[in-house]
Amino acid sequence: MSWFTQTLTSTLGKKMVMGITGLFLMLFLMVHCGVNALVFFPDDGEMFNKAAHFMGTNFFIRLGEVVLFLGLIWHVLQSVRVTLTNAKARPEGYAKFVNSSPWYSRSMGLLGTLILIFLIIHLAHFWVKSRITGLEEIEVDGVLMDSLYAKMVDTFSILWVVILYVLAMISLAYHLLHGFQSAFQTFGINHKKYTPLIQIAGIIYSILIPLLFAAMPIVMYLRGY
Amino acid sequence: MSHGSMKINLKVWRQKNAQAKGNFEDHIVNEVSPDMSFLEMIDVLNESIVNKGDEPIAFDHDCREGICGTCSLYINGRPHGPLEGVTTCQLHMRSFNDGDTITVEPWRAKAFPVVRDLVVDRSAFDRIIAAGGYISVNTGNAQDANCLPINKEDADDAFMSASCIGCGACVAACKNASAMLFVAAKVSQLAKLPQGQPERYTRVASMVAQMDKEGFGACTNTGACSAECPKEISLTNIAQLNRDYMRAKFLENA
Repeated sequence: MSWFTQTLTSTLGKKMVMGITGLFLMLFLMVHCGVNALVFFPDDGEMFNKAAHFMGTNFFIRLGEVVLFLGLIWHVLQSVRVTLTNAKARPEGYAKFVNSSPWYSRSMGLLGTLILIFLIIHLAHFWVKSRITGLEEIEVDGVLMDSLYAKMVDTFSILWVVILYVLAMISLAYHLLHGFQSAFQTFGINHKKYTPLIQIAGIIYSILIPLLFAAMPIVMYLRGY
Repeated sequence: MSHGSMKINLKVWRQKNAQAKGNFEDHIVNEVSPDMSFLEMIDVLNESIVNKGDEPIAFDHDCREGICGTCSLYINGRPHGPLEGVTTCQLHMRSFNDGDTITVEPWRAKAFPVVRDLVVDRSAFDRIIAAGGYISVNTGNAQDANCLPINKEDADDAFMSASCIGCGACVAACKNASAMLFVAAKVSQLAKLPQGQPERYTRVASMVAQMDKEGFGACTNTGACSAECPKEISLTNIAQLNRDYMRAKFLENA
């Protein structure tokens, strides 16, 4: 084994991969959330449709999408490996135990699985439709484009979908609450000058991003009335 | 030993050897004094077990002053019992109530196999230290004081890390049975001092490699180790270990 693969397969290296891919996915969430927040503009989704059209047709963004999928798959596979090795480290458990760590920090696997299940449904709702099977089209400023906005309005008119999305965003919030600050600790960034800032930024990020995401289906469902 | 009036119900893990299948055994200890330490309470119980002609409960102990790191015991779901910053030998029966049922288990980790009853083999820690947790210098006369200037903050940090007694409570508390806090304390202690510099990066690489070989889990930063550590070793040590390991692997020849 080369020094590189040996480093990445050590217990510390595996965590490093989780942290790097995790932070990368967090950057994606900011972009995704920023673009989608355009649906809140009262222009019947015109600005949002234009932004989605740009994201779907720009070569570099599409290339980034491939990297994004690779990053996601790596994050998931690595987490499965880490979870399996960690389970082997304690073959016989305790009869009685009192936990002294936050529940969500111990439940990253469970929260991650819930997010993954949601993600598959979410991709089926939007990504597959807009990239592969096709959507209803509209003309904006002389350009013909998918009306992703109409698709969102349609999808979020169903109550159980809205509930599913909101529950998934709660899982995401707790996953991020641990993941954000944990990534920095894994990179060795723990200093009395910066750690309080990282912790506050982590809490704000973990609440703000899922809250904005959850607001989208809720607002669209309520607008339907 | 002054006799008291507390009655304690004990649920103790009994296991003949590493291969045998263990089970919980119930015992009632009468006339327990609140001033007894937890280990003294087991001593009293063992005396009565021996008087009956049975095998006493095996458990690790040595200094009984909270400084050697020999005692262990997972008491009522927590390593070293309910108090914070205290080893089992410094835990007294006044921390419990008359009539309490107390569950006592050994440390649980693949890297810490049970030897007998509550005794586990913690030699994995010794092998991690042997892999690099030392400095190679010729012994001789001690140097004059102050001929090696050390920043006060660094000296304090190194001292805090050095207070790790290697008891293994961090491994016992961690949901992944990870030894990161122990290894981090030992690495940080020497990384902060000038004497530790020549071998700083080979040390961290060798100690982490040995830690992985022993079968400890990976750190998921839950913080349970530090919360349960009798010496309250801080998580900043783990950050230092992560930093030094990555530097050793990506920038140094380790």
